[in-house]
Amino acid sequence: MRKVIERYSANERLNHWFTAITFVILALSGLALFHPSMYWLTNLLGGGTWTRILHPFIGVAMFLSFLVLVSRFWAHNKLTRNDARWLARWRDVLNNREEGLPEVGRFNAGQKLLFWAMLLTMLLLLISGFVIWQPYFAPVFPITLVRLAVLTHAISAFVLILGIIVHIYASLWIKGSVRAMTRGYVPSAWAKKHHAAWYRDVSGS
Amino acid sequence: MALQSLDIKARSATTTESPSVRKTTRVAKLIDISKCIGCKACEAACMEWNDLRDVVGVNKGEFDSPRDLSDQSWTVMRFYEEEPNGQFEWLIRKDGCLHCEDPGCLAACPAPGAIVQYANGLVDFHEEHCIGCGYCITGCPFDIPRISKKDSKAYKCTLCSDRVAVGLEPACIKACPTGALVFGSKEDMIDHADERVADLKGRGFENAGLYDPAGVGGTHVMYVLQHADRPQLYGLPIDPIISPLVSLWKGVTKPIAMLLLGLTVLGSFFHYIHVGPNETDEDEEENEAAS
Ligand code: HEM
Ligand code: SF4
Repeated sequence: MRKVIERYSANERLNHWFTAITFVILALSGLALFHPSMYWLTNLLGGGTWTRILHPFIGVAMFLSFLVLVSRFWAHNKLTRNDARWLARWRDVLNNREEGLPEVGRFNAGQKLLFWAMLLTMLLLLISGFVIWQPYFAPVFPITLVRLAVLTHAISAFVLILGIIVHIYASLWIKGSVRAMTRGYVPSAWAKKHHAAWYRDVSGS
Repeated sequence: MALQSLDIKARSATTTESPSVRKTTRVAKLIDISKCIGCKACEAACMEWNDLRDVVGVNKGEFDSPRDLSDQSWTVMRFYEEEPNGQFEWLIRKDGCLHCEDPGCLAACPAPGAIVQYANGLVDFHEEHCIGCGYCITGCPFDIPRISKKDSKAYKCTLCSDRVAVGLEPACIKACPTGALVFGSKEDMIDHADERVADLKGRGFENAGLYDPAGVGGTHVMYVLQHADRPQLYGLPIDPIISPLVSLWKGVTKPIAMLLLGLTVLGSFFHYIHVGPNETDEDEEENEAAS
């Protein structure tokens, strides 16, 4: 029998997938308004007007879920000196040459950077999203602020979507990651290979 | 409002060219502020022709009524009490859409065909395509579009595109009793304005001039101002342009951003094809199981 260890608890997984599903809806409905070539995506939510109405509400739901996720993973995402050394060897990482890479904790430096980038862009999206939210909030803000907010929202969304494309790809590239987030466990060998320091912590060996 | 009998020159959220073979005379409305007596006949005519009735507002001790543009009030008279040359002047400006040659609302709108510009220069909202996002408000340098509280669609002056399409002048023009409002080809209106400006200069308004701001490509609603050097006296922006924030947001950055997103997806896929998946060795797993 293969030895497996738990990587994500059931609640962590539910939390992650709720955030992920709402995020995908937000990204697609946002891109629909972002550029004319994507306007057909408004059909996903039942047309342009429904897209305009639903997007901000889904945004708030996602943000709350994301906040819980952040509080769960906060402690594991503190950047260390080891992370800098790991990042410096990004060429080896990208080419599957893992021998001699610095030991990785529960999350690697790439995952940590994404974590902080997400936190920052999500905050900007939330704040700017409220400022441009018609018909409830936008009318109370001065026009220059609304203009600034709509620009901030578009830029943050772009950065975040870029980050998430990389995130999704990495999970497909590193075999075993998707199962970790769907089923919750990983083979010990996987843990040792990708997150040695974390493996030592949880297995006590 | 929708109107198929006028040729469309530009269309919101549309990246290909609109049908542009037929040429139409570019038209304009000229508002001569020096002739306006503030009777609001134009306001009434606008409501009458467009079947609009604003709610009865509150009197604030001024003549301004309604107080502001709304989904029901597409034009309002604004009264300014000023002393430009140390002498009291009552400046009355008919406010409403200026029908820019380069409309910021149209540039900002994400809904295909919700805002169009006709070949004759009029800028029109097609409310049936409007999604109510309010982006047009951010694009407008003159604070004109209003989102209706009733249906969350954007409304503004159409310059009576329906009347103009069949060779009539806008309703406000027809109602004006003093000749402060005139309508015709843009060239004719500029010529007429030149005469008016010369006349005003002869009467001591040496800074009289035409307000046809170049920053938005000129407008299809122009003003003759007694004090053209100080448009702010009339609540008009001095050198209106589409806000740089909006230009940055809606400019080349968007197609570039789309390209980068596409390249990232493609790059990821090629990375997979190039270096392949990162798998945990079977051996490693077996060793693990054995130990
Ligand atoms: C955090 C809560 C969020 C709120 C309150 C919010 C709100 C809004 C609002 C009000 C709009 C204007 C259109 C509309 O009314 O639907 C909008 C547009 C948009 N949103 Fe969000 N949003 C949020 C999160 C997100 C997220 C997570 C993404 C994707 C990563 C996103 C991407 C976009 C994009 C791309 C646009 C179009 C921007 C443009 O036209 O350039 N939003 N958002
Ligand atoms: S409110 Fe309507 S007209 Fe204005 S930008 Fe949005 S979709 Fe276009």
